[in-house]
Amino acid sequence: MLAIELVIQGIVQGAIYALIALGLVLVYGLLRILHVAHAALYTLGAYIGVIIVNQGGHIIFATAVAMVAVGFVGIGVYRFAYKPLLDKPPLIALIASIGLFIAAEEIYRIIFGAYGMSFAQPPLQQQIELFKGFHLSTARISVVILSILFIGVLGWLAASTRTGIAWRATVSDAGMAASFGVNIEKVRYINFFIGSALAALAGVMVALLNNLVEPTMGAVPAYKALAIIVLGGLGSVRGTLVASIALGIIESFGTIYLGHVMDRDAIAFTFLIIVLMIRPQGLLTRR
Amino acid sequence: MSYEIAVLTSMSIAILFALSLNLITGFCGQVSLGHAAFYGIGAYVAAMLTKADLALPIALIPAAVMAGLVGVLVGIASLRVRHDFLAITTMGVGFLFVGIVRKQDALGGEIGISGIPSVAFGRPGLLLLALVCMVLFILLSIYIRRSWLGFAFESISDDEDTARTFGIDVSKFKLLAFVVGTAGAGIAGGLYAHHIRFIGPDSFGFVESITVLAMVIVGGIGSIAGVAVAAAVLATLPLWLQFVDDYKLLIYGSLIFITMRFAPTGIAGIVHTLWQKRQAK
Repeated sequence: MLAIELVIQGIVQGAIYALIALGLVLVYGLLRILHVAHAALYTLGAYIGVIIVNQGGHIIFATAVAMVAVGFVGIGVYRFAYKPLLDKPPLIALIASIGLFIAAEEIYRIIFGAYGMSFAQPPLQQQIELFKGFHLSTARISVVILSILFIGVLGWLAASTRTGIAWRATVSDAGMAASFGVNIEKVRYINFFIGSALAALAGVMVALLNNLVEPTMGAVPAYKALAIIVLGGLGSVRGTLVASIALGIIESFGTIYLGHVMDRDAIAFTFLIIVLMIRPQGLLTRR
Repeated sequence: MSYEIAVLTSMSIAILFALSLNLITGFCGQVSLGHAAFYGIGAYVAAMLTKADLALPIALIPAAVMAGLVGVLVGIASLRVRHDFLAITTMGVGFLFVGIVRKQDALGGEIGISGIPSVAFGRPGLLLLALVCMVLFILLSIYIRRSWLGFAFESISDDEDTARTFGIDVSKFKLLAFVVGTAGAGIAGGLYAHHIRFIGPDSFGFVESITVLAMVIVGGIGSIAGVAVAAAVLATLPLWLQFVDDYKLLIYGSLIFITMRFAPTGIAGIVHTLWQKRQAK
């Protein structure tokens, strides 16, 4: 019974990781940049969501606004921060991104206060009985459903629309795609928009689950999402999804059975290091 | 006087710590996002030993050895993974260190170790020790830079595969860089523990790793003088500007970002460019 509960908790957590990591892997696939500041957009999404709901907005409206607004901020981050660095070694962009992320966290602290924000009346908290003796809140269920929905839509977009094909062409060979008339800049904008919007969605969802938004809430997901995309093999979307769910489940078991030796983050990174030592190319990718 | 001594001590420890990372990231080109873990290992080992009545100058040796040994392990890991993978792996090592120390009652758990004894001759004695270690490490860095070893490091940093083609034993030199760099961080950590005289898991977290990386980058990756200047300035910045303390992270973050965005070669690069312009006139 405990095992099933842990697996379900792990899947909920894994779904959130997947939403965050997906934006990260999209950026990596296109630009070869480890976009740490992605987690700052996730925090921003959470703040926007909570503020709109507390002003009397509906949760669905709040989520939509957060996603669109953060999507545009994501485009701004690309324009202002990454575009000028594209011809420099990737390390430069990684470190710039970490700097940007740290600065953003501090800006949130200064603007929104250090103690965080909560929903005045947290929505979606009804408990639903899944099977006998096991309850799950609506928020948790929506997290899983929304993740599957958005990832599914994204998969369909990438597979069968013109934009999706342009995107895939740019990922596999930007120069070649450009010579076939793909507008690479536009693809990058769309890429940052979608990735950032998904991060905002994850932010609002986590705000619902914990009923708390803090300036530093992005710190752990920022680094864990990096671990996930590395586990997934850097650039492989399917690998990232598998790694997200795997990490969610391993963490929920690990905290029970290894909790006295190391904390949750250490468990995640132990898993990462072990996997990388055995398979340096990540979980699913072939050499 | 005691205030100046404390400031100078922090400065020398920061310079030592930053130069130790400079050896790995600057000279040998291996990114480390978890360097604070080795700082922490040195701090914990030295603190435990001096609490057991060992003198600090002697306790620094096992501190360096322990940090260096773990450094070898990470170095071996760096042979398996490269570039972005390596950056994330070293970041993982940092989180692993903090996550394990946090749960060890023998190391004081969340609360950490307090009441670390003071050094013989008190504060001036510690300053002297820190200065000696710093100068020795600067000399070591200069020596490595000028020797064949420095050339090998630089070739690996530039292009690993080409270096291998030319018969440079890439694995050996990478491990060497990690051992020397992490041992240096261990010594810096031991000094730090006796400077602050209280350590806990949060003293060695990701922020510290980034802080030291910021010193290396703002100074100019690989430049000994640039990194030393940047370390001295960044370590004492909160002291010069008291009001900055609350916004310390904002300033660090912005500095890192602005340096990368507008001057990726850091102080050393700016000075170099200015110097060349003057020469050209």
